Amino acid sequence: MARTFAIKRQPGFATIAMICIALLYIPIFTLVVYAFNEGNSVAIWKGFSLRWFHAAWNNDKVVDASIRSVRIASVAALIATVAATMAALATTRTKPYRGLTFKYAFINQPLMIPEIVTAVALLIVFARVKVATGYSGLGYLIAAHTAFCIPFAYLPIRARLESMDLTLETAAADLYAKPWKVFTRVTLPLLWPGIIAGLMLAFVISLDDVVITEFVKSGGQDTLPTYMLGQLRRVVTPEMNAISTVFLAISILIVTVFFFISRRRT
Amino acid sequence: MASAAEIAEKAERDDIRNRWLLTTPAIAIIFLAGIGPLLVVVLYSFLTPGPYGDVKWEFSTGAWVGVFLQRDIFEGTLGIADAHLSIFLRSVWLSFATTILTLIFGFPTAYFIATRSEKTQALWLFLITIPFWTNLLIRTFAVQEVIRNEGLLNSFLVWSGIVSAPVQILYTDWAIALGMIYVYLPLMVLPLYASMEKLDFRLVEAGYDLYATRFKVLTRIVIPLVKPGVIAGSILVFIPSLGAYVTPRVLGGGKQMMLGNLIELQFGAGRNWPLGAALALTLTVIVTVALLFYVRYVAAPERRNG
Amino acid sequence: MPERPDRNAIEVRGVSKIFGTGESQVAALDDVSVSIRENEFFTLLGPSGCGKTTLLRLIAGFDFPTNGQILLHGDDIALLPPYKRPVNTVFQSYALFPHMTVAGNIAFGLEMLGKPKAEIEARVAAMLKLVKMEALRDRRTSQISGGQQQRVALARALAPQPKVLLLDEPLSALDYKLRKEMQIELKRLQHETGITFIFVTHDQEEALTMSDRIAVMSAGKILQVGSPRDIYDRPAERFVADFIGESNFLDAAIVSSASGRATVRLASGAELAATLPEGFQPKDRVTVVVRPEQARLVREGGAVTGILENVVYFGTDTHFHVRPDTGGEFIVRQQNSRSGDAGFARGDRIGVAIGEDAAQVLKD
Repeated sequence: MARTFAIKRQPGFATIAMICIALLYIPIFTLVVYAFNEGNSVAIWKGFSLRWFHAAWNNDKVVDASIRSVRIASVAALIATVAATMAALATTRTKPYRGLTFKYAFINQPLMIPEIVTAVALLIVFARVKVATGYSGLGYLIAAHTAFCIPFAYLPIRARLESMDLTLETAAADLYAKPWKVFTRVTLPLLWPGIIAGLMLAFVISLDDVVITEFVKSGGQDTLPTYMLGQLRRVVTPEMNAISTVFLAISILIVTVFFFISRRRT
Repeated sequence: MASAAEIAEKAERDDIRNRWLLTTPAIAIIFLAGIGPLLVVVLYSFLTPGPYGDVKWEFSTGAWVGVFLQRDIFEGTLGIADAHLSIFLRSVWLSFATTILTLIFGFPTAYFIATRSEKTQALWLFLITIPFWTNLLIRTFAVQEVIRNEGLLNSFLVWSGIVSAPVQILYTDWAIALGMIYVYLPLMVLPLYASMEKLDFRLVEAGYDLYATRFKVLTRIVIPLVKPGVIAGSILVFIPSLGAYVTPRVLGGGKQMMLGNLIELQFGAGRNWPLGAALALTLTVIVTVALLFYVRYVAAPERRNG
Repeated sequence: MPERPDRNAIEVRGVSKIFGTGESQVAALDDVSVSIRENEFFTLLGPSGCGKTTLLRLIAGFDFPTNGQILLHGDDIALLPPYKRPVNTVFQSYALFPHMTVAGNIAFGLEMLGKPKAEIEARVAAMLKLVKMEALRDRRTSQISGGQQQRVALARALAPQPKVLLLDEPLSALDYKLRKEMQIELKRLQHETGITFIFVTHDQEEALTMSDRIAVMSAGKILQVGSPRDIYDRPAERFVADFIGESNFLDAAIVSSASGRATVRLASGAELAATLPEGFQPKDRVTVVVRPEQARLVREGGAVTGILENVVYFGTDTHFHVRPDTGGEFIVRQQNSRSGDAGFARGDRIGVAIGEDAAQVLKD
């Protein structure tokens, strides 16, 4: 039987797609595999072992940095999501009004400026503030993270709001719900998936940040990524692979949940 | 009793006021830890460097001159700042190469994904999204392991007999380019996919009906229709490439610098904060120009067409 | 105050609604006045953009009139927010809350009114029974069919026992058969609940079959209000005649008139009896409307003569397209019989006979 003509096919495209996926995953797989290496090397396989996971677990610096990372990410993501939700409610589902474009530009500013530029800007300002106030706690890192998390949290919340049917709220008002009741009984429940997605996105973004944290942190405020960046200058042991693997697993978990939340249609 | 027009006007005023109140927290945070500091950078770029870093409060255009020119220590004459210029050029060149190569790999991949069944598409998209949300540092580290002398790539080259001894890839421009392609590929595929998903394949059928070959259908129908995606992807890759800091630092080993590393240097060992500020602003200007181009030619017309 | 059967449920007085400002101003409603009686099934009929949905939204409180009053049992409600009006809406898209069950949707309005739990339970059960949806009370609204969603939307809007129920093209999303079923169902519900229904549609057939009275709207104005029979048989204006059913329009001049009847002369010279509204003088040039089924083909004679241009078979009847000698087009509809066709063929020279009570003079 003759092969039928496939309308959508382009020669070689499937091959390139396979190669792309392979190239994207080979380094990650290698990294994960060597995390289980018995030997000291990240290149020579000496057999399966969990010793590097133990090593990382018993490394106070790693544990400290991890806890700090999670603390910063939790607080920053929470504040950013609340601010982003409010901003999204204020910038969607309306005819254009004066200042709307300004708001969009402002909220998305952290996405538009290269991270390194924001990093040095914060370094300059926070250095002065630290001297002036004497305060050198985690507040600076949390403030910086919150700022660049806002546009990421804003994105899914705004998308959700814009896809929401305005007549549902009209219907609620028609059925005797006062404005606040409309918000708590209809708007908010329907917006939840967007808010959760925004929160998780902000959390992952904060958790991943290297550049801004590297410039803003005071002594002894390493997060997991900045700790790893410091370690990469030295001879690397599979301990780094082990840390990366755990980090990776957490990211994948969050992304998977995010993926399913944002895909779910009501 | 107030008239309908007055009530409507008041409702609108209240609505806009509430909308400003709701936006205030986000704007305040971003101003405090984003735009405000950026304005301070502008100020710093016109000051004199302090002896141990920081600045002296004396006006100077020296930093801006220093971005492009350097004073010859022995003769005291001004010449082109070769070191800066070569780093500028390297940054632009590497970012450009990264953009083109991610496009060459990303376009067919996005097309392939967009032509799968709906369920398969979701799976492929998921596969692309995972590296996208994986820590940049971890991905860079993963590349480092693959391309180091004892790494997978060199082992394969030696084993297959293509080379007799491991080739030095790490700490070269090649390493930076490879790393950036790897790191930014998802950023190219996702917007490309977004515009290909919307592609009406009846137009492709119409093309074949009118005697186009596969190649002609690709160049005359598919590519023009997904052009917004191509430009969006290119901008999304080019901009972070230009400001890249982690990838060149890890894979360039501090020897092969890009703009980001040059800026950092001024705040570290270079102890020239005004110059660092001026360099950072230069980078910002380039990125802003690229973004404005995007908004003017892609985002705005797309919105007009609905 | 005792209920009077002829009391007005809704009175719209001189209502205008202008959207936009300055150059881009559009008057969606232009000085509209209409009274809707208690317990009546009232339909707003018109093409899209005629202002019928705007009027409904003003009554519901989703928009506010630029000018004019809207009285509900005598009280002006024009500026009240929707949650303070004892009026409920069935939306075109149903607007069922996707995060609630069928019962949850129906209970919503009662909860918002702060009714006691037991009363809500009882009312929800009664409503589910009324729309025959008892079996699906705990389903998500996304898990039921379009027709079922329609019933839930109705039950939800009826549950708080509104004074007036507003229906915004509620049947337009349903397929033909289901639509027919729901038309009957709606009539039944209106009858059983005794609530005033205001129904918006662009479907003239739907309007004719369901309504007690119809208001025909165009370009922000109400052109005619009347019973379905009035609207169809005695259209006041050319637009109404054209929009509802099929029509033939003939240019004519009034020869003589007396007590609502007139004799008019057509362009062909033939004279014709017609119903005459007020406000016309002899010698006025007018337009006369004749429905296709009110005319008959004849071999000889007839008020209009011409060539039979086309014969279109429709099963129940046949349409004959006649090109009159004086120009234009005239369509005659005749019922088919099984024994054979009417015996007219394309190209025949024929006449059209128009009965005594077939023609109506129009305001143009």
